Amino acid sequence: MSYRALFALLAVAALIGAGMSTTAAQAQGSANASLSAPDVLIKTLSEDVLASIRKDPSLQSGDIARLNALVDEKILPHVNFEKMTRLAVGRSWRDATAEQRQALTREFRAVLVRTYAGAVSTAKDYQVQMKPFRAEPNETDVTVRTQAVPARGEPIQLDYRLEKTGSEWKIYDVNVLGVWLVENYRNTFTSEISRGGIDGLIKSLVERSKALEGKRS
Amino acid sequence: MRAPGALARLVALLVLAGGLASGKRLGPRLRGGDEPATGSVGARLGALVLAGGLVGCASIPQGAGTNPVDPWEVYNRHMFDVNDRVDRAVIKPIAQAYEAVLPEDVRVCINNAFLNLAEPINSINNLLQGKPGAAVADLCRFAVNSTVGLLGCFDVAAKAGAPRSHEDFGQTLGRWGLVPGPYFVLPLLGPSSVRDTFGRLFDFLRTDLLWYIRDIPTRNVLVGARLVDTRASLLPAEKVLDAAALDKYQFVRDGYLQVRRNLVYDGDPPRLRDPDDENDVPPPEPATGMKKAAPDQPPPAPAR
Repeated sequence: MSYRALFALLAVAALIGAGMSTTAAQAQGSANASLSAPDVLIKTLSEDVLASIRKDPSLQSGDIARLNALVDEKILPHVNFEKMTRLAVGRSWRDATAEQRQALTREFRAVLVRTYAGAVSTAKDYQVQMKPFRAEPNETDVTVRTQAVPARGEPIQLDYRLEKTGSEWKIYDVNVLGVWLVENYRNTFTSEISRGGIDGLIKSLVERSKALEGKRS
Repeated sequence: MRAPGALARLVALLVLAGGLASGKRLGPRLRGGDEPATGSVGARLGALVLAGGLVGCASIPQGAGTNPVDPWEVYNRHMFDVNDRVDRAVIKPIAQAYEAVLPEDVRVCINNAFLNLAEPINSINNLLQGKPGAAVADLCRFAVNSTVGLLGCFDVAAKAGAPRSHEDFGQTLGRWGLVPGPYFVLPLLGPSSVRDTFGRLFDFLRTDLLWYIRDIPTRNVLVGARLVDTRASLLPAEKVLDAAALDKYQFVRDGYLQVRRNLVYDGDPPRLRDPDDENDVPPPEPATGMKKAAPDQPPPAPAR
């Protein structure tokens, strides 16, 4: 059972891979989705993303440029990367300059995109099922629970945290098989910062992206 | 790859691991069955010596052990490193060969069969956690999949709407209110905690069906096969782990602890407060007062 932790990480992959790759086909749909209820947003987004992956061989093969373009164009409007990064960085965020905050957000995102590029191919065999969603109408911070069901095998728990900003819901954390992304990076970030400061963490993130880039090419 | 050599080493490791986990039964067998229970000490010592011989290669960052969840970080990092070396040298190559040689259908069948053998563990622990309905469901799954599902090869019960549960005694202890205690990397078995180590021991000794097999060679082969099956099923996840982690040790540790907490609460744990986010730049939000007033309450309070 100890290996379930590892398995969970796969999940993160399939998941964010999924969350990060909508296609042009869904442009209008997702624009509307952000105005509606958070569970509807997640459902629409998940289905779009899976549909897109299924019909796009270059995404399935992990084409970074393509994935990045898609993230920028389709996913970014629904994800609050800055909040995601701020929560992962924790206490030190308030000591960071505006430039450092931008760099952290940018480089963290780059690592996530590159990480999950490799896993997008596995996402195409999944169907997303929504779990019951309960929230008061005036709530501004909710968890939406879903599961990704493979053609065979066991469903993967896939939850999202969203925050309402103005009239829009934005994702700021993802959970795969019980592992919240932000929480899983927080200790690592704290250690990096205690060793090399905020610039040390930025440097580590940049190096991680470069290492992944090297591996891929 | 020199398969016979690798296999011999794997078997030796398995025997040692078994000795560590359930020394009472395996120990005497290891010595040819002619020794009383003290043989178990030998097996355990053997494993520790083996581990000790490999220790000293991990790099220990400054500040190790200061995280409250991981006071034994220095030891843990060494053991993590040892496990990683053993894995790369022996277990992973076998798992890769297994994946390359057997068609997916066969591997899925084998995986299902091993998971089916864990149904009694699921059932007993569901019962101990006060979920008699789930305990009965697990037994029904076991009965149906062992027969109609051809010794567990096919998970027909899941198709009929009875999904598999994943319970063990560590979760039961957690459900009873026991905290995990310090994170603890076990030799060969990997990530654990003090609580989960006791849980595993109980599972091995009392509820793991494989350990009830009388014929020792058969049992050892099955235990080895189960290990390879488990390892092979993790190969895809490992790629992601290698890519995602700035520090693999921390990433695995924090992931393990989260997964276990999630399992104790059956996928719906109470939300932890986001530490250090009190300086959260407040977005323009309606004055519900909800978020600031109770930061560690999950908004849609799940009925437990």
